[in-house]
Amino acid sequence: MAKETTAAAVPTKDRLLKALTGNLGTYLIVVAFFVIIEAMIAGKSITSAFQGQLVPICVYVSAALSLNLVVGVSGELSLGHAGFMSVGAFSGAILSSVLMDAVPDPALRLLLCIITGGIFGAIFGAIVGVPVMRLSGDYLAIVTLAFGEIIKNLLNNLYVGHDAAGLHFSMTDTTSLGMTNGTVVVNGPQGAVGITKISTFVAGTLLVLFTLFVVLNLMKSRSGRAIMAVRDNKIAAEAVGINVTKYRLMAFVVAAALAGMAGALYAMNFSSVVPSRFDYNTSILILVYVVLGGIGSMRGSVIAAAILTVLPETLRFMADYRMLIYAVVLIAVMVLPNIPAVASLMEKVKEAMPWNKRTTAEEGGAQ
Amino acid sequence: MGMQFTRRNFLQGTAVAVSAIALAGCGNSNDGSGASSDADSGTVSGDTSGDAFKLGGIGPLTGGAAIYGTACKYGAQVAVDELNAAGGAQLELNFQDDEHNPEKSVNAYNTLKDWGMQVLIGTTTTGPCVSVSKEANADNIFEITPSASSTDVIGGQPDTDGNITEQRKGNVFQMCFTDPNQGTASAEYIKDKNLGTKIAVIYNNSDAYSKGIYIKFKAEAAKLGLDIVSETSFTDDSATDFKTQLNDAKDKGADLVFLPIYYQPASLILKQAKDMGYAPKFFGVDGMDGILGLEGFDTSLAEGVMLLTPFVATADDEKTKKFVEEYKKVSGSDENPNQFAADAYDCVCVVKQALENAECTPDMSASDICDKLVAAITAPDFKYSGLTGEDMTWTDSGEVTKTPKGMIIQSGQYQPLD
Repeated sequence: MAKETTAAAVPTKDRLLKALTGNLGTYLIVVAFFVIIEAMIAGKSITSAFQGQLVPICVYVSAALSLNLVVGVSGELSLGHAGFMSVGAFSGAILSSVLMDAVPDPALRLLLCIITGGIFGAIFGAIVGVPVMRLSGDYLAIVTLAFGEIIKNLLNNLYVGHDAAGLHFSMTDTTSLGMTNGTVVVNGPQGAVGITKISTFVAGTLLVLFTLFVVLNLMKSRSGRAIMAVRDNKIAAEAVGINVTKYRLMAFVVAAALAGMAGALYAMNFSSVVPSRFDYNTSILILVYVVLGGIGSMRGSVIAAAILTVLPETLRFMADYRMLIYAVVLIAVMVLPNIPAVASLMEKVKEAMPWNKRTTAEEGGAQ
Repeated sequence: MGMQFTRRNFLQGTAVAVSAIALAGCGNSNDGSGASSDADSGTVSGDTSGDAFKLGGIGPLTGGAAIYGTACKYGAQVAVDELNAAGGAQLELNFQDDEHNPEKSVNAYNTLKDWGMQVLIGTTTTGPCVSVSKEANADNIFEITPSASSTDVIGGQPDTDGNITEQRKGNVFQMCFTDPNQGTASAEYIKDKNLGTKIAVIYNNSDAYSKGIYIKFKAEAAKLGLDIVSETSFTDDSATDFKTQLNDAKDKGADLVFLPIYYQPASLILKQAKDMGYAPKFFGVDGMDGILGLEGFDTSLAEGVMLLTPFVATADDEKTKKFVEEYKKVSGSDENPNQFAADAYDCVCVVKQALENAECTPDMSASDICDKLVAAITAPDFKYSGLTGEDMTWTDSGEVTKTPKGMIIQSGQYQPLD
């Protein structure tokens, strides 16, 4: 009798452990992080330096997750992800300024801005994706890189304002907007200025959870399996009747929409946002998060993006050496796991973990 | 275990390689002269006994704009040392790096807030300052920027059609001229001194500072009847080859080229103009300051270049001489301070003067000090004479009122133009 209960209990426990080390665990990490931070805020034991980074952390985590959908799940190298973020950031900033009086509730306005950012991200994702999805590998990387730069230069020349008569757009300067006593929202290279800060950590956490939910469920779905089939072997996938372009485009557009949402959240966290903020370097930074976290691993992206955003700030006390240390850490993370001695040590540590111990013991017993 | 060259491996490899290259690039972009070797960012200096005013400073100490941040850091340091030695209320300075990035700048600001900053000297560059000044405005911490020149920094400056971009931030003041004022002043100066008849402008289309000055310069030039024959632009990504722009200016017979840009692209323009045998007069604004300190730049190329800036390190008044001497000691280099250093010095001095006028004490909260300082600095009888001008005054708008000075580069030194 007693023996039966333990026998039944072990698989339940195992299943739970398996779930924890799987997708559920990833959600739990985000929620736990949120709860700890909220507790710290309530207990006033958080520094303003760290509190100020909470929303950027959420933004970079969401951006890394969405890029991982392209790089890890769909297997395409995109170097223009910051371009989609800037589309979302600027469309969100414009909407926020327009809705300032119409929607006084900041939470609702933020939600509308993030949704708009996502819609515009998706539109631009589709515009770029439709012609580009005929390419792959290096070619795709180069075209996305170019797209990011084009967006940046277009935004450098974009002037948007609104007054009683409505929205005004121009590609020359603010005077040609032809409006008087209005508000200039986007001012060319000076970017969107005068944004009211409405992003909150709660909103950021919800966006991260939403992004996780979309990406993880897409991966598990029929479409997700088709996307991964295309990644693993395009010819075989085509042979079994999968519409290759459709599924690659799907991953690309969903990722662009999610990046646009992250961009909108980012813009609403600062009083100004400039087009040059979303340049090639930012795209690469997000790619670094994805690569360091492990291509295809969503949990890895979450952890890598969060740590690498905080790291340069926590190293401030090292003054001049902090950028050097930051680079050394990045290189170490890339190189160390490939050194045999370190790899075997990590393997041992992994085996020593309680959940792995039981499985190996059971396997031994079964034999 | 044989390595297979699969699509996925290839992608991973490419991604890693690209990231590595980008990181290497970041490391190399540190081109501010001496900025990386001797700038001890984040160190607290001055009186640290606890009964001193806590001044925070923010500026780029690493990256492409490091030359400005380091200059501000040392300039402010000279002022703090000097004022502390002179007695009275003691000051403590903590200068943080922002890499010329708004996000990092806000992080630096929050770090300073944790430290207990009471007054902010900064930030050095415009883009980050727009974001930080909004934060400082929300927290009601007094802010005076040495060199962030955009009107968005102080806010509340409608354009000619009455359109506004940013509401006035009542706690933010500037030590430098605003961009529109620089453009207007440049046009007036060129007209008054009759420096050129046919003018070419080369500006940076992706830079707020450059475009801001260009627009105002153009408007004022039209008013004054200056003849602009060529207007060409470039972006940060195409800031290496200026032959097209220079050829356009040359073909249209421009005898003066106005460069409302930073010194780095300007140094290339001077080089390429010389190579193609084109020798007009070159006229710059305060971003040109620093060109003589650029590593590997042949200073003979800058011979005869004019610029509008409020500070000349080679001026022979006592104040300037003493500052230059102290600056060299603090920075540990033999280079003359540029106007950013002088602006930062003046910022600290003016804050000290206002603190004394307002009878502030170091145990007061940042917000209380802010209210008192705003009242003190905008008081009608408040005047400050320093390195960058005599009898400077401030109004509620946050702008400074002072006279611009023209300078010309002669035998590798900045010399007063008049």
